[in-house]
Amino acid sequence: MLQLIADGLVVGSVISLGAVGLTLTYSILRFANFGQGEFLTWGAYLAVSALSLTLAVTGAGVMAPIEPFSFGWQLPVAMVASAALTAALALALDWALFARLRRTGSAITLVIASFGAALALRNLLQFLYGTLPEYYTREIQIAIRLVPRDTLGGLRVTPDQMLVLGVTAAAVIGLHLLLTRTTLGRAMRATAQNPALARVAGVDVEGVVRATWVIGAGLAAVAGVMAGLVGQIRPGLGFELLLPLFAAAILGGIGSVWGAVAGGLIVGLAESFSVPLFGAEYRLATAFLVLIAILLLRPRGLFGEKA
Amino acid sequence: MDALSLLSYLAFFSVFAGIFAIMALGLNLQWGFTGLFNVGVAGFVAIGAYTSALLTGPEDAARFGGFGLPILVGWLGAMVLAGIAAFIVGVAALRLREDYLAITTFGIAVTIQLVALNATAVTGGPFGIQSIPKPLAGWLGTGLAWNLGYLALVLAMLGAVWWGLERLVASPWGRVLRAIREDEAAAASLGKRASAFRLQSFVMGCMVMGLGGALYAHFVGYIAPEDFLPILTFQIWAMLIVGGSGNNAGAVLGAVLVWAIWTVSGGALREMLPVAEQARGAALQVVLIGALIAVILVVRPRGLLGERATVSRHAAKVSPPPS
Repeated sequence: MLQLIADGLVVGSVISLGAVGLTLTYSILRFANFGQGEFLTWGAYLAVSALSLTLAVTGAGVMAPIEPFSFGWQLPVAMVASAALTAALALALDWALFARLRRTGSAITLVIASFGAALALRNLLQFLYGTLPEYYTREIQIAIRLVPRDTLGGLRVTPDQMLVLGVTAAAVIGLHLLLTRTTLGRAMRATAQNPALARVAGVDVEGVVRATWVIGAGLAAVAGVMAGLVGQIRPGLGFELLLPLFAAAILGGIGSVWGAVAGGLIVGLAESFSVPLFGAEYRLATAFLVLIAILLLRPRGLFGEKA
Repeated sequence: MDALSLLSYLAFFSVFAGIFAIMALGLNLQWGFTGLFNVGVAGFVAIGAYTSALLTGPEDAARFGGFGLPILVGWLGAMVLAGIAAFIVGVAALRLREDYLAITTFGIAVTIQLVALNATAVTGGPFGIQSIPKPLAGWLGTGLAWNLGYLALVLAMLGAVWWGLERLVASPWGRVLRAIREDEAAAASLGKRASAFRLQSFVMGCMVMGLGGALYAHFVGYIAPEDFLPILTFQIWAMLIVGGSGNNAGAVLGAVLVWAIWTVSGGALREMLPVAEQARGAALQVVLIGALIAVILVVRPRGLLGERATVSRHAAKVSPPPS
């Protein structure tokens, strides 16, 4: 019982991180970006490359882990580099594709383009890195027993898993402060509510669009690295998370950062609890059931603003 | 290559092109004429393929069915079941924002893929369903004659679907669809219930895709979950966008063209790359087609043919003569 909750929260926080980026791009750029999942995958793989580059440059060979975690200082460095590169990838994609379509096409054309771009990105990654799973570290972590086995089934968590929860909390609080306390954040919220009015009021809408891509893709890269830290890094990593990301963003209400976090945790918990009920092989379908339920019962989401 | 094997290859190629054209026509009804974005094409195709395979296949002790029913019953069942699935998805998603349909159809395709892979008792799991009966095989054998016979069958179905859709689109019903696509508020103010028309169009489009899936299953004779990956959805979309959405001739032209590009580029990559690199070559092929979609969307958003402008035949009489 406790173990299921803990596993659900770890998966859920990865979903939350990705869904926060998705809900931001959804509300500000006004289209459902099917490429968000690929940003997670690219983030995870770019960190693999950045990590091996850092290790080669410093001549360390193997990471010396920082106790109690399974990785050394090189991984956070690689994660920052990967977030910057993923943001650059998103900006390049916007320049080459989405910006042109925003000028001419409708919102749904952007969705098609993002669908095509996502398939191209996923296969390009598979072409570059191959299909074998990768890991940041081969270090084996001993899970810490927090609750003995006789209380509600007990609870064992690795330090890495707790770190994932911590990083998610820190990133979301940081984003919340950015959106509420800074000029950029106010400009972003204004653009989300009414782009034309924001432009008239002197908001640099193009700048807001760029900032949105950087934040959304950067968070996706962090989510990808976190997913890779507690699991395998595979080309399908982001694609398998895409449906949970959308379910979380819609469950929380499009545009709501805290809604996306809550939605992510709920989807993560639902996935975790579905395993003893339906078996692990149907885990991915849970997000679909959550999605259908929310669309039928409360389509604006839990925290969505009234249209 | 001698003439006979060339003919055999052409028949094979054309059967696939015809099946893809049927699927693209279904998508054209949804996207081209109604503006509905369906990302779950592969899912509805899979429903059609599995339904028909289960209904018509020989009995198998290892799993549920087959029932050995006539092939026509299988094809009808494929359309009905794909329609029911579309109805469920449509009721949940169609009354909301247009991109929610995209997300929901994506979800159902993922879910159907999982069911196909894991519900071994019904779908045969990763090994799929074998020995799906081939219509007319008792009469034509299984060689070139059968391929040509099946090609005729596929072309007949394509013609029937084409004729039906052209009639529908030209009817008052089709005019309402285009009115809703262009300006929902204006259509609603004339008393047209947009959600009902959308749902009808969505269900019908998915039924056509289900038929396409059934035709595929009976041609290949063997289906497995990996035949219905998102790449199939992507191919059908590429066909419609390249050919020109909103134009049935465009959908068929796009199906033939993209399928030709796909087979030629696939063959070329297989020739050029060593065996160990084949998987990476297949990935590169998808990247190229993805880039093709993006370029067409940016450079020629109406596709090769594009939609015909529809003007009332009375308009010329009413408008004042040019002075």
